[in-house]
Amino acid sequence: MTQPAAELVTVTIDGIAVQVPKAMTVIQAAEEAGIVIPRYCYHPAMSSPAQCRMCLVEVKGAPKLVPSCVQRVQDGMEVRTDSPAARKARRAVIEFLLVNHPLDCPICDAAGQCELQDYAFETGQLRTRSVDPKRVLGRDHVTPDVLYFADRCVLCTRCVRFMEEIAREPTLVVVQRGDRATIDTMAGELFEHPFSMNIVDVCPVGALVNEDFLFKPRAWDLDRFPSVCPGCAQGCNITLDTKENRVVRAKPRPHPEVNAFWMCDHGRKLLAGWVPGGERGERLEAPQIRDGDRLVAVSWPQALERAAEGLRQAGGPGRAIVSAAAANESLYALRKVMQALGFAGGAFRVPTGPTAVLEGFPKLQLRAERVPNAVGAALLGFRRSADLFADLRGRRGALLVLGDPLHDAPADFGRDAAFYLYAGSVASPAARNAHVLLPVTTFAEMDGTFTNFEGRVQRFTQALTPPGMARPAWVALSALSSRMGSGAMLDSAAEAFAALAAEFEPFRGMTYETLGFGGRITEAAEGAAAVTSGGK
Amino acid sequence: MAYPFAHPREVRIVSKHFGDAGARPVDGWVERGGYRAARKALPEMTRDQVIATVEASGLRGRGGAGFPTGLKWKFMPKDDGKPHYLVVNADESEPGTFKDREILRWTPHQLLEGAIIGAYAIRAEHIYIYIRGEFVDVIPVLRRAVVEAYERGFLGEDVLGTGLRIECTIHVGAGAYIAGEETGMLSSLEGRRAEPRMKPPFPAQAGLFGMPTTVNNVESLAAVPHILVNGADWYRQWGTEQSPGTKLFSCCGHLRRPGNYEVAMDFNLKDLVFDLCGGPRPGRRLRAVIPGGSSVPVLTADEIDCPVSYEGLVQAGSMVGSGGLIAMDDSACLVRAVRRMVEFYAHESCGQCTQCREGTAWAARILRRIEEGEGRDSDIPLLLDISENMAGKTICVLSDSAAAPIVSSIQKFEDEYWAHIRRRSCTAVS
Repeated sequence: MTQPAAELVTVTIDGIAVQVPKAMTVIQAAEEAGIVIPRYCYHPAMSSPAQCRMCLVEVKGAPKLVPSCVQRVQDGMEVRTDSPAARKARRAVIEFLLVNHPLDCPICDAAGQCELQDYAFETGQLRTRSVDPKRVLGRDHVTPDVLYFADRCVLCTRCVRFMEEIAREPTLVVVQRGDRATIDTMAGELFEHPFSMNIVDVCPVGALVNEDFLFKPRAWDLDRFPSVCPGCAQGCNITLDTKENRVVRAKPRPHPEVNAFWMCDHGRKLLAGWVPGGERGERLEAPQIRDGDRLVAVSWPQALERAAEGLRQAGGPGRAIVSAAAANESLYALRKVMQALGFAGGAFRVPTGPTAVLEGFPKLQLRAERVPNAVGAALLGFRRSADLFADLRGRRGALLVLGDPLHDAPADFGRDAAFYLYAGSVASPAARNAHVLLPVTTFAEMDGTFTNFEGRVQRFTQALTPPGMARPAWVALSALSSRMGSGAMLDSAAEAFAALAAEFEPFRGMTYETLGFGGRITEAAEGAAAVTSGGK
Repeated sequence: MAYPFAHPREVRIVSKHFGDAGARPVDGWVERGGYRAARKALPEMTRDQVIATVEASGLRGRGGAGFPTGLKWKFMPKDDGKPHYLVVNADESEPGTFKDREILRWTPHQLLEGAIIGAYAIRAEHIYIYIRGEFVDVIPVLRRAVVEAYERGFLGEDVLGTGLRIECTIHVGAGAYIAGEETGMLSSLEGRRAEPRMKPPFPAQAGLFGMPTTVNNVESLAAVPHILVNGADWYRQWGTEQSPGTKLFSCCGHLRRPGNYEVAMDFNLKDLVFDLCGGPRPGRRLRAVIPGGSSVPVLTADEIDCPVSYEGLVQAGSMVGSGGLIAMDDSACLVRAVRRMVEFYAHESCGQCTQCREGTAWAARILRRIEEGEGRDSDIPLLLDISENMAGKTICVLSDSAAAPIVSSIQKFEDEYWAHIRRRSCTAVS
């Protein structure tokens, strides 16, 4: 990366001198100086119409206040965001916006995460000088999922520009003039777009709201956890917003290389109101062992003892099925169990679906591979299979299953195995054929990493408390493998990842610390990507 | 008698043929000396000579801002290899202004000739005439004139045998005041909402379709042929050093003889009102004059003894603006008049900038409340503060235009406001 260094200029903002590239705008330079200039229409990923006039600042020598979102920096420029004129202008914009704003914060979804509310409190304006009736415009759907409350709208047009510049489907427009102006859909009809819900995120107020979230939790009751979307191989950086141990929504977490500021509606719908394990299966909450036709709940030590004994007796060569939605750490722990039994291999499958590209940031796609860690599974030596159950037919020995819910497996799945160990989150009929069932957590209940389509290893964190006795798979499986004399009992996800990185070349040198929350790309990523796209 | 009134103290240059239907067709126009300037400029003068002559004449933009026309043309880049455009602003919408309509209605070729010369000067191969959609009687006249100009070779692929190409398209507006703002006009021509754009970039750098563009008012361009035929010094015999030439004033309101009057730019405003326009109606006293369209500050009857030059009116506390003179006699309620104007701006605000979108409508509501006798003592300082918060903070000057009549009427007719607020009455004489 030997690009010519960008020409730097020095600007002073509220007395703080910063050196920034010449192409920067004042609002960006201020951020470098640690000053966030209030804004509505400005968004770093979109064009700046300079129309909300919230970011007006005083520039020494300029006859009027200038909008900092479009004003480029110049060497020696002196900017004041806190001068009396700039402060008065900002207060005035807030007051103007509140003239018609309904102030229905008590029933507004955006309360607590509203830029109008925040700035109004920041400027200390708790009273308006307006005594006249407000204009009333009403509300309507713009997409089947998104409602538009016209009275709350500040006409920043971020949503219009998102559809025009990022989605590249200009479905939203401003209609009417003056204070009757509102956002509307082209031809007044609902539109659908695979990335449409991003318009809710860019809305600085509660004008655009997700109907799924409407009137449910309050923003300040939510806990937020950095995570990675498991909806497809893209690996969008997200935040899981939870309340009372449920995920109530997922929001994109900015990552310039992966998903910019966006995520798709598929991922959001997958995660909003998400029930671990899905609605289809009974959640596994305790270890169970087979007693004739029955499964009996037992303690972890009993289950692990039974599993170690059963696997030892069954011996190799065994078979393994893993889910490409399992974390790298869990897959590694299973690998250690397989090593104890003296066999390699193992297969996973990749469910697919239709794709969608975000035209304005084409690297972001809803990818056909609807699992988050197919590349990770391949890098850890598992093989993508087009027909999992056919490949297994007629083979005996030990059978290990990690994560795959087996909803579509034949009724007698695993019956021919000498010993069948199932580690998963839901107890499907095929899972219940196992000799030992180990309850493991889903991605939302644990720390771990996924390796996305381009081989980027990214961390996610625990957002929910796991049910009952469920534990992360890497905990359970490393306990099992250590009983069988292969590897040590792992104490943390970081330790599990470090052990993995020490053993598998593509991850060499990576640790949770070096990954941070931006992730790192494995060197062998290209080869692995070829592996995962090889099967059907 | 010319159309509709003429006065011996007028200097009729642009308006010479108002009321003369014979000047409308191309033959009639040529008989009256038309297209002499184009014949002179295009083959004989270089572009720089044309610009230099217009610059030397001191002609200033007649649309409202008064920016020197020659200088505006000079800002257009040379040898940049891009298409250039000349946009004619015929979207005359400023309340009180009706001069361009008359130029287009009586002498469409006067405008076309000026536009052709302007296009030549700025290297434009295409002229867009953005005409106000409500001018239903004028649009066919202009269309006919463009067809004639093509037939005679004043427009087309080989203008006047010079090998130069100048095309002309008429675009009819759809009724938005803001389309008359020069960058709003460009947005509208591009098929977007007529939303003004941030400057810089100025139209001369990135205008219509992103290309170098000059936007000129009808009256400015109509004066250009006369300047080229007669010379800059001839034009400078009228007016002042800073405001040379003549200007059309569209006079309306409480006057005995409303109409368009063309006067030298050093003419006295009081004479314009009392002599040319005949003063107020019998038995009435003049109360207020808005000299340049509703966007400029109002003057009291005592303040109008001043020249109508750019600098003279600024000194008197107002502006030339578009030359839409509105006279009000003692039957006029200033609160009502200002309320009506501000409601207009609230209706026409494009809705982009917060201060304008919300401020114009809020101020209109307050003014209506005062007018209806529901005003509060706090409303006057509130209106002044709203005006201060609106002025000079937005993309275009519509917001400033709405603030000007509020501030000036409060400064000069505060009694009127207090009569409404405190006594629920009005100082206007019925």
